[in-house]
Amino acid sequence: MHVIIGVLALQGAVSEHIKMVTDCGATPRPVKTKADLQDLDGLIIPGGESTTIRKLLVREQLLEPLKALVQQGFPVFGTCAGLVLLAQSESLAGLNGTVVRNGFGRQRESFETELTVKGWSKPYHGIFIRAPYLSEVQQPAKALVTLADGRIVAAQQNHVLVTSFHPELTDDTRFHQYFIDQIVRPLKTQAS
Amino acid sequence: MTQTGTTAVKRGMAQMQKGGVIMDVANVEQAKIAEKAGAVAVMALERVPSDIRAAGGVARMSDPAMIKAIMDAVTIPVMAKVRIGHIAEARILEAIDVDYIDESEVLTPADDNYHINKTDYKVPFVCGCRNLGEALRRIGEGASMLRTKGEPGTGNIIEAVRHMEKVNEQINHVVSADPDQLMTISRDLRAPYDLVKQVHDLGKLPVVNFAAGGVATPADAALMMNLGADGIFVGSGIFHSENPAKFAKAIVTATAHPTDYALIAKVSENLGKPMKGIDISTLTDDQKMADRGI
Repeated sequence: MHVIIGVLALQGAVSEHIKMVTDCGATPRPVKTKADLQDLDGLIIPGGESTTIRKLLVREQLLEPLKALVQQGFPVFGTCAGLVLLAQSESLAGLNGTVVRNGFGRQRESFETELTVKGWSKPYHGIFIRAPYLSEVQQPAKALVTLADGRIVAAQQNHVLVTSFHPELTDDTRFHQYFIDQIVRPLKTQAS
Repeated sequence: MTQTGTTAVKRGMAQMQKGGVIMDVANVEQAKIAEKAGAVAVMALERVPSDIRAAGGVARMSDPAMIKAIMDAVTIPVMAKVRIGHIAEARILEAIDVDYIDESEVLTPADDNYHINKTDYKVPFVCGCRNLGEALRRIGEGASMLRTKGEPGTGNIIEAVRHMEKVNEQINHVVSADPDQLMTISRDLRAPYDLVKQVHDLGKLPVVNFAAGGVATPADAALMMNLGADGIFVGSGIFHSENPAKFAKAIVTATAHPTDYALIAKVSENLGKPMKGIDISTLTDDQKMADRGI
């Protein structure tokens, strides 16, 4: 089944996500305006500066339509800044949890590490850049990756998927594939 | 195994800034205006380039107290400049934990032979370039991000345009070249062979390349984005304009929507006077910052 995945293209690592979506066999579409939201099957909110992306969403009058979509159960995958926007109640309110911005410190503390993902046999290489984390999540949100110290760095709430790290900076398409095959496609099948 | 200061996190940090505007700010109040306008980062320096030009003398790294005050005042990343080749200034900025270091020709060079070996640092570096050879030499030294040099503090976009066009023209040449030609291209560009080969194989630079040096209006920002810049640095253009808050916001909008000309027209209305510009041909050779550290 053919699926179209929007990539919010106001600021940040847009081309990296577009490549990932293509590599997963779906059609990417950059989203800059309300009109670009038409006929999408899912949306990715990339890493970038969350304060900048939020301001541009407000200026483009995209914040409220996006929030409404998220509330209706539209599939959205957010990485880093995308996690911040999805978890903030004043932004998209798509995930019940408490987000700590720049939670690991400044750029010098940015890091790479191997992650254990619930239900996956092989580890995932996580690249964390001035990354946020979730200090807790509440039902129906579930943690997918929790660091040894308890910080939650990947989570899912129904059709919303978030990671603190940047799958788009790796060659490992598993998170994008999971989003497209396990969240976007079943919903589209159900609807048709 | 957790690792910090890797190539991926240093280059990745710059990738997260794409499509955004990095603004020069000289104090906490300006940094707050920049953040509110939607800047993706601020560059903390005591004097913006046009003031450095006007003041003359030796331009050095800014007071660490001033940089730290700005780091405390905003949540977006904070960059700061060191003189070309000044390893001590760079270590000082790393010690106070700035997010990015600009080894910049805007300051008076400390070393006219050698740039800093940037691979040695946990903090990433951005460097200026006028052509692909310069770009690849800086990457070879460990730069994680590039920008055009332009001609800083002039409010004149022509040099940034030249540098962006030159780099992209040379990238196209490398990409379309036969693999047998790459060593000769490497010799002619005075660039490391392995990096020329990497550009050939990737079809692009391995790091992002922003526009800098002369951006004064929203239209200038849109022009540079259309020429292939990954994002924009604005030095003197914002806080030497009549209405900095409005100017800053308009440049952010133009950078995010560089082909939406109706929108750029709207945000360009009644902005007030931009900074006063300088014709490049009136500059003497020693007034040209772009020729420093090549």
